[in-house]
Amino acid sequence: MSRFGKGVGRYFKDNLGILIALAAMVAFLCLFPTTSKTFPTQKNMFNILRQNSTNLFLACGMTMVIILGGIDLSVGSIIALSGVMAAACVVNYGMPEVLGFTVAVLVGVVVGLVNGFVISFTTIPPFIVTLATMNITKGIALVYTNGAPIRCMTDAFKFPGAGYVGPIPTPVIFMIIVFLISLFIMNRTHLGRHIYAVGGNAMAAEFSGINVKKVKFFVHAYEGLMAGLAGMVIASRLYSGQPTAGDGAEMDAIAAVVVGGTSMAGGSGKLGGTLIGVLIIGILNNGLNLMGVDSNFQYIVKGMVILLAVYTDFLRNRKKGR
Amino acid sequence: MSQKYLLEMRGICKSFPGVKALQNVELQLESGEVHALLGENGAGKSTLIKVLGGIYHAEEGEIYIDGDKVNIDGVPAARKAGIAIVHQELVLVPYMTVAENIFLGRELGGKLNTNISAMEKETQALLDEFNLGIRADQKVASLSIAQQQMVEIAKAISANSRILVLDEPTSSISDKEVDFLFRTMKGLTAKGVGIIYISHKMSELFDICDRVTVMRDGQTVGTKVVAETNKDELVALMVGRELTNYYTRDYLPQGEEILRVEHISDGKLCKDASFELHKNEIIGFAGLVGSGRSEAMKALFGLTPGSTGDVYVGGTKVVIKTPIDALKYNIALVPESRKTEGLYGVQSVRFNTTIEVLKEFLSKGHLNAAKEEEITERFIKMMNTKTPSHEQTIQNLSGGNQQKVLIGRWLATSPTILILDEPTRGVDVGAKAEIYSIMNELVKEGLAIIMISSELPEILNMSDRIYVMQEGKVVGCLGHEEATQERIMQLAAR
Repeated sequence: MSRFGKGVGRYFKDNLGILIALAAMVAFLCLFPTTSKTFPTQKNMFNILRQNSTNLFLACGMTMVIILGGIDLSVGSIIALSGVMAAACVVNYGMPEVLGFTVAVLVGVVVGLVNGFVISFTTIPPFIVTLATMNITKGIALVYTNGAPIRCMTDAFKFPGAGYVGPIPTPVIFMIIVFLISLFIMNRTHLGRHIYAVGGNAMAAEFSGINVKKVKFFVHAYEGLMAGLAGMVIASRLYSGQPTAGDGAEMDAIAAVVVGGTSMAGGSGKLGGTLIGVLIIGILNNGLNLMGVDSNFQYIVKGMVILLAVYTDFLRNRKKGR
Repeated sequence: MSQKYLLEMRGICKSFPGVKALQNVELQLESGEVHALLGENGAGKSTLIKVLGGIYHAEEGEIYIDGDKVNIDGVPAARKAGIAIVHQELVLVPYMTVAENIFLGRELGGKLNTNISAMEKETQALLDEFNLGIRADQKVASLSIAQQQMVEIAKAISANSRILVLDEPTSSISDKEVDFLFRTMKGLTAKGVGIIYISHKMSELFDICDRVTVMRDGQTVGTKVVAETNKDELVALMVGRELTNYYTRDYLPQGEEILRVEHISDGKLCKDASFELHKNEIIGFAGLVGSGRSEAMKALFGLTPGSTGDVYVGGTKVVIKTPIDALKYNIALVPESRKTEGLYGVQSVRFNTTIEVLKEFLSKGHLNAAKEEEITERFIKMMNTKTPSHEQTIQNLSGGNQQKVLIGRWLATSPTILILDEPTRGVDVGAKAEIYSIMNELVKEGLAIIMISSELPEILNMSDRIYVMQEGKVVGCLGHEEATQERIMQLAAR
């Protein structure tokens, strides 16, 4: 148990800056007159978790991608296409919902595999590769639907996004499972270590007999899978497959990862930090809504918070480094 | 002031959080001399140079040039004072031309209409003066490392600098090119330039330097006239104690053959290398830079796809296509370039030690953290690595300690054949001696070592047999009794 205690202590020490920011935000929302009644309720807590579950899916995969030294811009478009496919399978082809959802997740995996294939076997930068697949994937969703959402109102379709298991929203359960699996991969498998190694120094990894291509392949496929899951949950929550769903989702995921302390240079970072990053961005959105801040203005605040968080991290690292 | 020095640094102090990097450092440079700055890694040489170059600001102390006090508060001020520094790591922009690099930051012409032809013309004149055989409009990426080094030096002196600092300029160039560099330096000193020369290679110091200042633990411990001192005295000053046994080597009778390599080739730099290795021995590989030594080892280790040749481990023919195969046959390779081929710089000593042996403590999702710590501790102890903790970020350790962690990483795989490519490059004297002594112990325990080195004294004092390569081919093998520097160089040179 003492080792567990040591781990928790380290977690607090490593993430001190963002934990303080998170605590300050929560304290403010609990005390501020217009939000003190609405923010600290069970309903609102579940609301925050439900809304941000999909960002956590994406951010878990994105953490791996960024530790690997890459980036994945295609996840937002995958959300659109896989959501559309889920609804289409049920509405247009009369499949059972479960099959529709499976197709949705597979769509994500396939796009992820394409990303992984091109990135592993060529030297084209991940930014460019995923920029291309982002456009292609979005295009397919738009062409297929002709730009119009496919509505699907069955109870089974609503379950993964809008349903409950007991008192807990279904996406929250997904979120916990996904987080634990990702944590397991990063901390308890050889593959996890290899991801850090390839991102930290690809040449050293190659000299060590690590299969660099395989690692890249896996990470991108996993991020595709995460995006497929997110697409399924979002379509379910909206009762429809929308070709514009997931717009900008990749940026929220990247923001959460970076706020969580993962370096864009690759080689270092922690999922624990990413979790806090997701919560900071989620609670920020929620708080601004509860305070009735104009949604256009919210972008500016969000941007400033990201910059501030990353700058604080930079200052901390500089002190540590020299 | 009694005597006018070209440069005088007095009572320089500089500290970083937790460390006093420089304490009362004194340095005097005369016009027209080559002044060596000697010291182990971490002794404060680089910090001192960065103070001189305006990168760091000293808390105390004064700098005088020609007897006048100068205030160096930034890189431009240092440049203006006539100080030019060639850093150890090349800082050229590979995809720009030589001329663009030389004039980087002080381009000719207006801000919006850079005068490229004037820059190229001036650069060409400079290059021709050195007789470099480089064109001003060539991309830097197309030059060899040595040529790039010369471009750096040309860049440094093109600003009419009178004080030139060379930080380990010969660590990546061959002997022939070193010769050329030395001639260039002599030409400069004849014109009155003062050169501060940092090198770990003691022999160079006696070839080229007039005086030497030794630093230890952030302090100057003495300045000597090179002609009046010797290697032992300098080493004693550097480490603060007498290093009685710099090289440790107990030669053992040759054991059974455990590796035979026949006609290995990677189709490029390594054309035809054959050699054998026995239990209880160290074989050295000597040769010029680019003679294909590292490439031969990379081909052997399965790092070069499409390489040809036969490999026998313990008398049985084996096929090694990837490093995973090599590890299966208990071969380990500590690569030449620590930073690019070895270290996971942002990760901990622990991560770097155990990455090759994950199976021993991490399987089926169960992490045996205690076991991982134990492995880390074992190799820290064995290599006598100095690190504050297992979690220390490895890039903050000195070069010697980084190298020890890397050697430990590969020893953790329990190899029978250990390939060390330039094991002491950028490693300070004390750590070097330790690495030699560990190699000696390992061989006594039955390990066989292949060592590539460009330092002939190291090769001569540590190897049982010495293979010499030239132009991608093994051209000779000398026993340690018959080998001399001259015989090796005769074989190595064309």
